[in-house]
Amino acid sequence: MMKETKLIFEQSKTGRQAYSLPENDVEMYDLSAELPEHLSRKAAAELPEVSELQLMRHYTALANNNFGIETGFYPLGSCTMKYNPKVNEDIARLDGFANIHPLQNPETTQGALQLMYGLQEDLKQVTGMDEISLQPAAGAQGEWAGLLVFKAYHEQNGDGQTRKTILVPDSAHGTNPASAAVAGYDVVEIKSNENGTVGVEALKAALGPDTAGLMLTNPNTLGLFEVDIVEIAEIVHEAGGLLYYDGANANAILGKSTPGEMGFDVVHLNLHKSFSTPHGGGGPGSGPIGVKSFLSPFLPVPRIEKDGDHYLLNSDYPLSIGRVKGYFGNFGVNVRAYAYIRSMGAEGLQQVSEDAVLHANYLKARLTDYYDTPYKQHCKHEFVLSGLRQKKQGVRTLDIAKRLLDYGFYAPTVYFPLIVEECLMIEPTETESKEMLDEFADAMITIAKEVEEQPEVLHEAPISKAVRRLDEVTAARKPKVIYQR
Amino acid sequence: MAEKETLYFTKEHEWIEIVNEDYVRIGISDYAVEQLGDVVFVDLPALNDEMEKEDEFATVESVKSSSEIYGPVTGKIAKVNDALEDEPEKLNESPFGEGWIVEVQTTEALDTSEWMDADAYDTYVSGL
Repeated sequence: MMKETKLIFEQSKTGRQAYSLPENDVEMYDLSAELPEHLSRKAAAELPEVSELQLMRHYTALANNNFGIETGFYPLGSCTMKYNPKVNEDIARLDGFANIHPLQNPETTQGALQLMYGLQEDLKQVTGMDEISLQPAAGAQGEWAGLLVFKAYHEQNGDGQTRKTILVPDSAHGTNPASAAVAGYDVVEIKSNENGTVGVEALKAALGPDTAGLMLTNPNTLGLFEVDIVEIAEIVHEAGGLLYYDGANANAILGKSTPGEMGFDVVHLNLHKSFSTPHGGGGPGSGPIGVKSFLSPFLPVPRIEKDGDHYLLNSDYPLSIGRVKGYFGNFGVNVRAYAYIRSMGAEGLQQVSEDAVLHANYLKARLTDYYDTPYKQHCKHEFVLSGLRQKKQGVRTLDIAKRLLDYGFYAPTVYFPLIVEECLMIEPTETESKEMLDEFADAMITIAKEVEEQPEVLHEAPISKAVRRLDEVTAARKPKVIYQR
Repeated sequence: MAEKETLYFTKEHEWIEIVNEDYVRIGISDYAVEQLGDVVFVDLPALNDEMEKEDEFATVESVKSSSEIYGPVTGKIAKVNDALEDEPEKLNESPFGEGWIVEVQTTEALDTSEWMDADAYDTYVSGL
């Protein structure tokens, strides 16, 4: 791999050019006469001056140093870094999808509206919900929009002022308490029980007249199915609260179960995770929400509806929480998700979850002799290991993660969920081959042996990459965010 | 710097130094900073903010995670350790000394019976 250590600014030589601008045919004028003093630049911008070849080499080198799902295995827990089929890209680039404008007369964009309507219908089946809004831009915005729906519902019932608390388990994604706080709620944490799931007794103790609802991921971030979900839903509803389903882990349940059946009232899905659209720098995401019918008056507007063979935008919902995103959400992402759903079909999506769960359990079984597995039961699409055994040898989970880079893998999510010490959270996804799973397991086993035999290698890892161990502490304490000569 | 033996501790890992009967200094324990790892940012309350017992009053961010710090007493923030803004590493280097977080003029009588002394606290964390 070619090393690229110099910034493009550092390669700059006065007078070099990668591009020739056409002759200026605009008359010169005095900028300062029209711009307020403080807005006009006093010194020339320090733009890098390089040749076209230097420019190409610079960006090619950066691209070569990049790592994505098409470079290698990417087992980043809770992120579902699966392969995004290229046919979805082709379809999203079709003229009628790529080159329309959201302010066009809906009469001229019937095909796009039909696609959004079709996606809503499909997501109803996937989630078991009655109505869908495609508007939220990604998962956390979906959470926030869903909680605004909670709020509008409680306000309509006259107890918006008393129901101020959202319950969140201690294994939750960090976005859950964050979204609740942004939506104006107080957050109360529920301790997980020894099986890694929500304890019904702890939940009962936390429920009260101040409860607005419970946010839950199922399977949870430990990769474990919340087996008491039906009872949990009952007692939350009995207390007057609502249930929110964080769909980040939906890849584990497609075609097997739905949040609707489990008793959830509001759901968001991460189309960029479960429905195979690019994410992790290649986004944007898409976080549609679904609701049970009694909450549908509060959904964001405009809503996409069908009247006979005709598709229309309807904003006539006076109880709506309003618009949460410009236009109709991230349309291009929704096109890709729809293409994925239609090409997979119902059976294909079921196979996705079966394979995702099988792959996670296979990896877990191969690694269980070498790393601590805090939860013994079968997992769903992801699982957690603990590096506690290795920590006793002076090697931290961070060192293990860095060493994986040397073996050509992206590191799993580490130090999350917070309730597992020295945590590694591994999600292989369904799109990997058995050979790749074995290569990863072999690397993890080799690392476990290195911990015993030559721990110093782990402290220095990565040793084969263009950039070695970064000083994350100084970077966070004293960040330099602009280039200075 | 306060001697650890003279401090009181909460289960949430705050320490309390009783300066006088209605004035305390508050920080987080050696165990807490070890669990956090390298602290990179401290979100401090403003002077004269109210501190409500068991409500969060500051946030500590490390490379690994972000954690809330809860008020062990009720009162008014009388002094803030502003130095932590530029040098959050003081929390790691000296949790009982230069890493103190706030001083509080309390408005409710202190009840030390709900806190642990240093020995009891060390026993408590060894069981975690």
